[in-house]
Amino acid sequence: MPRIEVDVNRCKACYLCVNACPKKCLGKSATISKKGYFPAEMQRPQDCIGCTMCYMMCPDVAITVIKE
Amino acid sequence: MTEKTLRKGNEALAEGAIRAGARFFAGYPITPQNEVPEYMSAYMADAGGAFVQAESEVAAINMVYGAAATGTRSMTSSSSPGISLKQEGITYLASADLPCLIVNVMRGGPGLGSISGAQGDYFQATRGGGNGDYRVLVLAPNSVEELGNFPKLGFELAEKYRIPCMILADGILGQMMESMSFNFDPVDPNQLGKMQWAVDIEKNGRPKNKVFSYKGDNLIADVVERAKRYGLIEKTEARYEERNTEDCDVLLVAYGLSSRACLEAVNKAQEEGLKVGLFRPITLWPFPSKRLAELAQKTKAILTVEQSLGQLVQDVKLAVNGKTPVYLNAYPAGGQPDGESILTAVRSCLNGGKEGLFDLQAHAADFAYECKRDASLGMQGDCKGGK
Amino acid sequence: MTILAKKPQSLTDIPMHYCPGCGHGIVHRLMAEAFDELKIADRVIGVAPVGCAVFADDYFACDMVQGAHGRGPAIATGIKRSKPQAVVFSYQGDGDLASIGMAEIVHAAVRSENITVIFINNAIYGMTGGQMAPTTLVGQVATTAPKGRDPKLQGWPINMCEMLSQITGAKYLERVAVDTPQHVMAAKKAIKKAFENQVKGVGFSMVEVLSQCPTNWHASVDQALEFVRTQMMPQYPLGVFKNEEAK
Repeated sequence: MPRIEVDVNRCKACYLCVNACPKKCLGKSATISKKGYFPAEMQRPQDCIGCTMCYMMCPDVAITVIKE
Repeated sequence: MTEKTLRKGNEALAEGAIRAGARFFAGYPITPQNEVPEYMSAYMADAGGAFVQAESEVAAINMVYGAAATGTRSMTSSSSPGISLKQEGITYLASADLPCLIVNVMRGGPGLGSISGAQGDYFQATRGGGNGDYRVLVLAPNSVEELGNFPKLGFELAEKYRIPCMILADGILGQMMESMSFNFDPVDPNQLGKMQWAVDIEKNGRPKNKVFSYKGDNLIADVVERAKRYGLIEKTEARYEERNTEDCDVLLVAYGLSSRACLEAVNKAQEEGLKVGLFRPITLWPFPSKRLAELAQKTKAILTVEQSLGQLVQDVKLAVNGKTPVYLNAYPAGGQPDGESILTAVRSCLNGGKEGLFDLQAHAADFAYECKRDASLGMQGDCKGGK
Repeated sequence: MTILAKKPQSLTDIPMHYCPGCGHGIVHRLMAEAFDELKIADRVIGVAPVGCAVFADDYFACDMVQGAHGRGPAIATGIKRSKPQAVVFSYQGDGDLASIGMAEIVHAAVRSENITVIFINNAIYGMTGGQMAPTTLVGQVATTAPKGRDPKLQGWPINMCEMLSQITGAKYLERVAVDTPQHVMAAKKAIKKAFENQVKGVGFSMVEVLSQCPTNWHASVDQALEFVRTQMMPQYPLGVFKNEEAK
């Protein structure tokens, strides 16, 4: 089961990952980060296929993709 | 130590640099220093180093920046207008604390000027030359022998204090031939230890090294730290040569080629029964102010002899600080001093005359000048800008 | 547990300062991945430019030099000639490479310096706040072209890959983009090849990356990606402009 981790201290909420996700798993967090952004977060983990496209588009290298 | 051989100044310098362990040279053609890159192009590769003819002086000094960042003994040479172009790189080298050797075989200026030897770049060399608070260590040879031996001294001082070092020669020194010998054995740069700050391969787990010029919030601390090194250099590295300084009525101060004309004047003065001495700064920055201040108390007058229009004399006045009258005997824009013309100025110092002494305001005393637009030539109205 | 993708080792932990959505970070990561995958991390020496990437020396884990505006290829030349075993890159923006550093990039290519140049083309001066770049498109508004770039006054944008392709010493030239995952994958391939070339001794290699600058284009991230696709790509077509293997 693949999943992702978003480093909220690096994320700047550009949401390039949200748009890149072919399964539309990602969304905008409701919690503000220390940097003052609403970081990207996994919202539909059951649909994640571990394609790493979110990682690929992230300009802040904030995403780690893990397969359990 | 080598046997005496007859060498051209520029070639002695180039050979001396290779012997001193220089293994990177980048330069761009400009008269009167062309023998330096020519010599390097012929012999640097044999020594295991790299020669690059750069696309410009700007590129050449930045190549030196890159090579110096690796801890390689790196150098460039040029002449006055080319040194102006290098100022961007020199201020970056200073800010990144990179040791390197920069040779200026001075010619007449300003602008394209002329190709004859001159000393018009004194301010540029000793005041940093580029933007910001920094200094460059400046060595001023006055013979082909010194041209050949100063590169080693220059590299050693540059590395000791992590500062760019400049050899300030001139077109005549560079072009003339003299008997000379190297006073040191060739340096094998492979036997020199690595620089702990240098960028390199084989990092072997050490922390990453950065050579950088942008200091941001750390700039004040950075400049203040470097100023301590500058202070240490001023305290310990001032070099000079003296002749007849203990008992003289007029003390000549001159560096480089003009100091040789001064020697002629000192000798002629002795024949005439005049007591004239010579103080020759070998380092122009640090300027040997302390010793000059001591000597100033023992003499009636100081005469600065320079092939520029009142540049060296400013450092002399700062050092003497009003203790003794300081006069200027100037040969700007490629003019050459000789013993007789210097002696004329010496006599003026002693008898209150004016001949041979240069004073900018006296020079302009009866001078009026105005440049006006001329309506009879037409109006500027047809120049509307744009394209 | 398997890590499918994570920050490459050749990047430091320092968070990047680039604006949200900016392409620089993607390119930094692709380069770092190439260093890791080619196992050259220990001998990479990078040159950071003046411009938005002036702090790149903080982000790459390798030894870094940061020099004057436009002089990256000259500095890289000095490093490479002194340390031929090093893998040397110059990272430059469009003002840096195509304006003030034009002579340096052209002559590094002429000498076929065995270095890798990564050229970020976002058609604007980013760090200084949106002035017209040599690559600014016709009609594109910039703070020094308030009515849009007018060829009568400011000429036309310059295509560096096409221009450098005329130089014998330029051995590998490719233009890529980082607007979609597919293009990012292609960009990674190109960047990796540009470094592989250096390891093989092929000679001067440059990858031009069309990159988005939402901030100075006054665009949302989505609009910026759209600008790359609809405005930049017609002027700057993607593709390989030169590919000569070592003889």
